[in-house]
Amino acid sequence: MTKVTMTINGKSVSRDVEGQTLLVSLLREDLHLTGTHVGCDTSQCGACTVHVNGKSVKSCTMFAAEADGAEVKTIEGMANADGSLNVIQQAFQDHHGLQCGFCTPGMVMAATSLLKENPKPTEQEVRVYLEGNICRCTGYHNIVKAIMAASGQDVSAIAAE
Amino acid sequence: MYAFDIETPTTIADAVAALKADEAQPLGGGQTLIPTLKARLAAPSKLISLARVADMQGVSVAGDTLRIGGATTHATVASDAAQSYPGLAALAGHIGDPAVRNRGTIGGSIANNDPAACYPAAALASGATIVTDTREIAADDFFVGMFETALAEGEIVTAVSFPIPQAANYQKFVQPASRFSLVGVFVAKYADGVRVAVTGASEGGVFRWTEAEQALSSDFSADALKDLSVSADGMISDLHGTGDYRAHLVKVMTGRAVKAAG
Ligand SMILES: Cc1cc2nc3c(=O)[nH]c(=O)nc-3n(C[C@H](O)[C@H](O)[C@H](O)COP(=O)(O)OP(=O)(O)OC[C@H]3O[C@@H](n4cnc5c(N)ncnc54)[C@H](O)[C@@H]3O)c2cc1C
Ligand code: FES
Ligand code: FES
Repeated sequence: MTKVTMTINGKSVSRDVEGQTLLVSLLREDLHLTGTHVGCDTSQCGACTVHVNGKSVKSCTMFAAEADGAEVKTIEGMANADGSLNVIQQAFQDHHGLQCGFCTPGMVMAATSLLKENPKPTEQEVRVYLEGNICRCTGYHNIVKAIMAASGQDVSAIAAE
Repeated sequence: MYAFDIETPTTIADAVAALKADEAQPLGGGQTLIPTLKARLAAPSKLISLARVADMQGVSVAGDTLRIGGATTHATVASDAAQSYPGLAALAGHIGDPAVRNRGTIGGSIANNDPAACYPAAALASGATIVTDTREIAADDFFVGMFETALAEGEIVTAVSFPIPQAANYQKFVQPASRFSLVGVFVAKYADGVRVAVTGASEGGVFRWTEAEQALSSDFSADALKDLSVSADGMISDLHGTGDYRAHLVKVMTGRAVKAAG
């Protein structure tokens, strides 16, 4: 067991973890932050995407011990201070960017990283950036549309089929 | 996963010392090792994380050489080598997806020597030098075979030094499910000749296509390849493509890389 301390969604958290404890296990099983999902557990689907020191990582493919001292942000920390949905989350709702919602936490975290790196991405850039986030329901069109809308761009011309 | 401990040394000397422990193994970005551990294909007693070793981080240029610390992530190479060695930065920027690039490291990729990995092609085509805690190894001697390198037990890749070419390009024919290369070709043009390295295709892992190197060294154009052919002997044949298909792709991808390198 090693003691790790990290800031999760702005709150300092300390826990004893085993070497093989994954970051996602710490988040979900120990801290009950179950908004971070496990789809594949093999670093393919991106449902487990969280931010560590401001960067997207797959929390199923990182050990909790590696996040010692880090700032971690999960989907639970994304809403506005008053509890309302933030711009990206609201855009997913407005543009029907989710169906079952299983991939959505990872999509929102990935979209947040994208818009930080590239505030006005093209449709193609959004699609390429989401390469590691798999959605089995929507066919991606409305996810792309939601992210474009959240970046303040006009999405009326983007096909919705 | 079987149980193990994790240590996070901050110097190369401490990392090497920690790796002397029985069944200790280095941990780079974990993007290959963690899936391996989950499948119980490895049972280390201890993982020695290299992520906090300061001397293994970052990208620097000295004269005509680009040096990349062994624990530098693909994302950092993609952004910080874009000026000095754009062909290499572009390769790094197309490994996996953004989250994989934020964790995966050049040292881990080179040490793992997956037969479809991207960095081995760049290292071999650039005539790079692999720097370890004890010695320097020429890329030509480093990649021994599929998942096999010249590294000794407990030896770590602390840096990779790339001579910066006049022109270079990497063409990756992506296997759509894994996003690894089905065939990838890195072409690099230097004052003293052209080097061509192929990944994804051969059962022996990354290799140099010497006939193409000779042809391209006297005429750096896709046309120079037209009379060459690649044998399907020893090419990987699987459900994603036959050996013949891969052999064909080697020539096509080399031509595209030459065109793109200009
Ligand atoms: C979804 C996905 C897509 C991917 N797509 C691609 C792709 O298109 N192209 C590509 O090339 N790769 C791809 N990868 C692999 C990725 O690049 C890995 O990051 C890389 O192969 C291993 O690097 P790592 O730092 O994660 O190493 P780890 O997984 O930590 O380690 C891999 C092996 O190397 C050893 N090791 C690690 N660092 C060192 C070191 N400095 N010195 C000596 N030994 C060391 C470890 O002990 C282990 O045996 C993909 C991975 C995923 C999950
Ligand atoms: S659960 Fe982590 S990538 Fe799928
Ligand atoms: S909405 Fe169901 S997986 Fe994306």
